[in-house]
Amino acid sequence: MSKIKDNGYLDMELLRFTTAGSVDDGKSTLIGRLLYDSKSIFEDQLESIQISSINRGFEHVNLALLTDGLRAERDQGITIDVAYRYFATPKRKFIIADTPGHVQYTRNMVTGASTANLAIILVDSRKGIVEQTKRHAFIASLLGIPHIIICVNKMDLIDYSESVFEKIKSDLQGFASKLHIRDMQFIPISALHGDNVVDKSKNMPWYGGPTLMYLLETIHIGSDLNLIDCRFPVQYVIRPQSDKYHDYRGYAGRIAGGVFRTGDKVMVLPSGFTTYIKEIDGAEGKVDYAFAPMSVTMRLENELDVSRGDMIVRENNVPEVSQDIDIMVCWMSPKKINVNGKYAIKHTTRDARCIVKNVLYKININTLHRLQDDKEVGMNDIARISLRTTQPFFFDKYKLNRITGSVILIDEATNDTVGAGMIL
Amino acid sequence: MQSYNLNHLRELEAESIFIIREVAAQFERPVLLFSGGKDSIVMSHLAVKAFRPAKLPFPLLHIDTGHNFPETIEFRDGLVEKIGARLVVGSVQESIDSGRATEETGPNASRNIIQTVTLLDTMEKYSFDAALGGGRRDEEKARAKERFFSHRDSFGQWDPKNQRPELWNLFNGRKIQGEHFRVFPLSNWTEMDVWQYILLEQIEIPSLYFAHQRECVNRKGVWLAKSDYIQLLDGEKWETKQIRFRTIGDMSCTGATISDATTIEDIIKEVAAARSTERGTRADDKRSETAMEDRKKEGYF
Repeated sequence: MSKIKDNGYLDMELLRFTTAGSVDDGKSTLIGRLLYDSKSIFEDQLESIQISSINRGFEHVNLALLTDGLRAERDQGITIDVAYRYFATPKRKFIIADTPGHVQYTRNMVTGASTANLAIILVDSRKGIVEQTKRHAFIASLLGIPHIIICVNKMDLIDYSESVFEKIKSDLQGFASKLHIRDMQFIPISALHGDNVVDKSKNMPWYGGPTLMYLLETIHIGSDLNLIDCRFPVQYVIRPQSDKYHDYRGYAGRIAGGVFRTGDKVMVLPSGFTTYIKEIDGAEGKVDYAFAPMSVTMRLENELDVSRGDMIVRENNVPEVSQDIDIMVCWMSPKKINVNGKYAIKHTTRDARCIVKNVLYKININTLHRLQDDKEVGMNDIARISLRTTQPFFFDKYKLNRITGSVILIDEATNDTVGAGMIL
Repeated sequence: MQSYNLNHLRELEAESIFIIREVAAQFERPVLLFSGGKDSIVMSHLAVKAFRPAKLPFPLLHIDTGHNFPETIEFRDGLVEKIGARLVVGSVQESIDSGRATEETGPNASRNIIQTVTLLDTMEKYSFDAALGGGRRDEEKARAKERFFSHRDSFGQWDPKNQRPELWNLFNGRKIQGEHFRVFPLSNWTEMDVWQYILLEQIEIPSLYFAHQRECVNRKGVWLAKSDYIQLLDGEKWETKQIRFRTIGDMSCTGATISDATTIEDIIKEVAAARSTERGTRADDKRSETAMEDRKKEGYF
């Protein structure tokens, strides 16, 4: 560890965020700005988009061309798929999941949001809150993103008006009061000119809050993971089959919650047998304790029958165990949900099949009303459904743990991922 | 006071090890693509960690263009022996000799594109159903849209507009017979992360990455090393320069940079100050605006 202390740059925090906005909200421009101002754009990349911009007859260098990499995207001037971007400041390394704003690609926002600590939602100051804004705020809260930053963009086009900004802020706060959002902040920006992105805007003296970059660098993310409830889904069993390690049996996996220590009394699900942790092998070698999200190998005191899909937990803090599960699903397939239909389902390291028993209601994401009469669940719909699985799952509510509380549904005929589910 | 935070390198490491183990668990015949470059060296380092004290549950696959730097082959053989892995070699020369692939001609000829033929043939020959690769999303704009688990049809093709959504840490590796997956555990790493990790873990890398004297020719701003595969054009001449390589591919298309970085720390300083991307020296990416996407659709790495 001493090496890390000697080299500060080896010891940064990782922040994953997603960006969402409607078409032409300037999202790509904002990302281009963050990359450019943090010096993460290289000369050859800039040269390449300068040439592309000229070839396409644009007046300015179009920073959107940095993120829109696919041929079809460059031709149509739109973003089709989630693109991942990276930049670092001396304090943090950032991973951006840049998701497209089109209605038909909402599933991509869910994808990008599923691993994010933070969401940036862009609002065009001229248009105010639109249907997409509400959808994005709702999805961010549904996916349990701990922090949301609303960037009110294009402030330059409304003369940096404080009243317009305040109006948008109060409109959205009104809508968001119906959602479960832990932390929501508002920043007036101009992505094109850089106001309040990295440097404080001289055009908006009335704004006393932080810039976007300052917030990204300082927002507290240490408590975003569940370090209370110990959950270790067994991913792979290591048996060396060599003379030297004849009796070695290690359970490999990534800790989904809590802190495990050598000597801890643990219980293995589904068998319910208890034993003690003999040894924990982390990425850096043997450790006394390990916590989420470390990938480790655990050895147990007793020879138990443990395999992939089992879960190691603490005896006095077990997850729910059931074959009947209610989830909020985001549907991702053009083929509508088939009530009474069977799907393959994945949960932690467990694979099973399930039947969709019932659609309880669909959600109108603009009003947040529950539609109990409309049970047709199609692409981009969000609905509460009941499942019965072929084997018991060991799970927590999604609110408590995003890893042990999430499932995906797979169409058994096409093998496509068709649903993303959050356990209620 | 005990700490419950992982720094960025340890978090990336944990993510990559999880993906590598997931491949071993979900597929019957996985393979790890090994080019001899730093990314595939880091990949083998992580794979060893993922399964120790057991040996790797899959072989390494090297697609040998026949235009390798001799240092690469030497390093590859040393590493394979050290970790006790099995090595499978797919030969581009054999693909050419058997008429499966046609050699490009001309001064900028490269075997980069026809590697795909050899790769797909080798995957089929050994029935490999998942190939772990060291590709990173920060390398190139088409790669930025790549999934960790990237589905390929039975022709090895990538359909970028119709990719499976990838949520949380749930990876869907289901496929029908004949299809396969490319899996990229280093997706979220940047060039800087890779170098910092090499320093942190003291990972051994080929001497080509460090500054040394070499005869080169400057072609359109790219320094190409002297070899049997490079022919001088009118007005070009060999010059001895102090150079190093930021990426290692074919001798025919990997450009060098002028450098005096002799340690990993020097390299990190150089990367931090670099004003062009590492693939900026790769002639294979300069062929068109979407050269990488076009190759990937055909089944490239």
